[in-house]
Amino acid sequence: MSLTLEQVRRVAHLARIDISESEAESTLGHLNGIFSLIEAMQAVDTRGIEPMAHARDVAQRLREDRVTEENRRAAFQAVAPETEAGLYLVPKVIE
Amino acid sequence: MIGRTLKELGAALAGREISSVELTQLHLDRIARLNPEINAFITVDAERSLAQARAADARLAAGEGGALTGIPIAQKDIFCAEGWRTTCGSKMLGDFVSPYDATVIEKFAAAGAVNLGKTNMDEFAMGSSNETSHFGPVRNPWDRTRVPGGSSGGSAAAVAALMAPAATGTDTGGSIRQPAALCNLTGLKPTYGVVSRWGMIAFASSLDQAGPMARTAEDCGLMLNAMAGFDDRDSTSLERETEDYCRELAANVGEKPLSGLKIGLPKEFFGEGCDAGVMACVQEAIAEYRRLGAETVEVSLPNMRLAVPAYYVIAPAEASSNLSRYDGVRYGYRAPDYADLDDMYRKTRAQGFGAEVKRRILIGTYVLSHGYYDAYYLQAQRIRRLIADDFVAAFRQCDVILGPTSPCTAFGLGEKAADPVQMYLSDIYTIAVNLAGLPGMSIPCGFSAGLPVGLQLIGDYFAEARLLNVAHRYQQATDWHLKTPDA
Repeated sequence: MSLTLEQVRRVAHLARIDISESEAESTLGHLNGIFSLIEAMQAVDTRGIEPMAHARDVAQRLREDRVTEENRRAAFQAVAPETEAGLYLVPKVIE
Repeated sequence: MIGRTLKELGAALAGREISSVELTQLHLDRIARLNPEINAFITVDAERSLAQARAADARLAAGEGGALTGIPIAQKDIFCAEGWRTTCGSKMLGDFVSPYDATVIEKFAAAGAVNLGKTNMDEFAMGSSNETSHFGPVRNPWDRTRVPGGSSGGSAAAVAALMAPAATGTDTGGSIRQPAALCNLTGLKPTYGVVSRWGMIAFASSLDQAGPMARTAEDCGLMLNAMAGFDDRDSTSLERETEDYCRELAANVGEKPLSGLKIGLPKEFFGEGCDAGVMACVQEAIAEYRRLGAETVEVSLPNMRLAVPAYYVIAPAEASSNLSRYDGVRYGYRAPDYADLDDMYRKTRAQGFGAEVKRRILIGTYVLSHGYYDAYYLQAQRIRRLIADDFVAAFRQCDVILGPTSPCTAFGLGEKAADPVQMYLSDIYTIAVNLAGLPGMSIPCGFSAGLPVGLQLIGDYFAEARLLNVAHRYQQATDWHLKTPDA
């Protein structure tokens, strides 16, 4: 298979990454190279094989519903690009 | 003191031959001298390191020291450390000062080790040469025109150049073992789930695992003793009894210390695709293992050739999800100019991520997108099962699996940087181990044209102590691991 420029732009849109025309073109070449490597998978008959999502088959642990974290809002917001009155600031989204 | 093992340094500190402050300062001085060229460290903070060293000296004076108390250890810049800039090799986190400690950092602090600084790495651990770092490439101390491997390239170069006695790494597809091989170190990737991932910046969560990089198997064991253990803050951390990973190393076992050990040689590791110079060293190591009493048996991992393809679906898929958190809102870089919220996301991510990280996010987004999920992501997960089952079958015939770590020695800076596929193939022998979740090591086994060659040892689940013993007995009989580059 081979991707098209339109698909590269579409995927960049889904990933929320701005991509220029020249970047899209060089990315297309690289992605096609990588997908030609990945294609080796497609010839393998995997019918009946259970997909392996994780390295170890373990069930998620449950724990008691209790408070485990203290409030460290000031410390965590100190690394944010922009905050005000304990809130994260972003460009206006509702007119 | 420079160039001594952790074990030797522990004895020197306990015997008051040197203080932790003196030992830390010695290494800081060496970093100041060598790092401008090698570029193994992104952040050095002498004040913080020396404060930890003073605390360690107080513990030692009170007789409360352990095996690592007072020893400076470099930390890969993927581990969040409170008060330290933690960049993950990315512009996205270029100014991020962590408000908390990763479990691994906490555990080293509890053991009294000194954080010697944060080491350079491929951006978000995506790379095999350390060339994708926003903070510039790392130079291999064995030949400064060559790469140290990656993604834990800064950790490897720091230890190889004797700027640090040991360092931490993380390994998603070979990122501890391959740089260890290229820099003449001993590195261990534990069984998935043995070391907590909490506070370790995520790349591909079902594959990421932290481990030690040092000069001997014994030192790796001492570090793993400090790093391993259940952590309820990591949902994939395994609840297991505490082990002493060095427990097999002290025994006096005579001339054939490995008699009874069955070493599996997968025929897929010994076919085409490996440099002749590398293979010659691996063959010599096999002969040495036979002299040590081990028996060898041919095994097969028939789906090995599918490991790289499956990995480059699974790892980017997980990465595209993990890295969606970098949106310029809660922490990290935010683009200076934008029109609206969506534009802010797009510009922030376009400017904050480097080319390789973007490529992997795009691959991951694509394979998870509507209409492609079954053909790529599910197919890759089914192949992952086949690969894991191959190892299960192989371990019915043998105790450990042996082969090369990397198909080549350290390559030139820039040599593979323009071709992602060539770069990805650097990890053909290491990636399958991550997909299966098994423990793997790389140990020095000789030189080809003056460059170090790594021998890979793969164990069954939770066989770290045995792997370390298999490595240790080889290191008692050989001295490749003691070789250091000319300063």
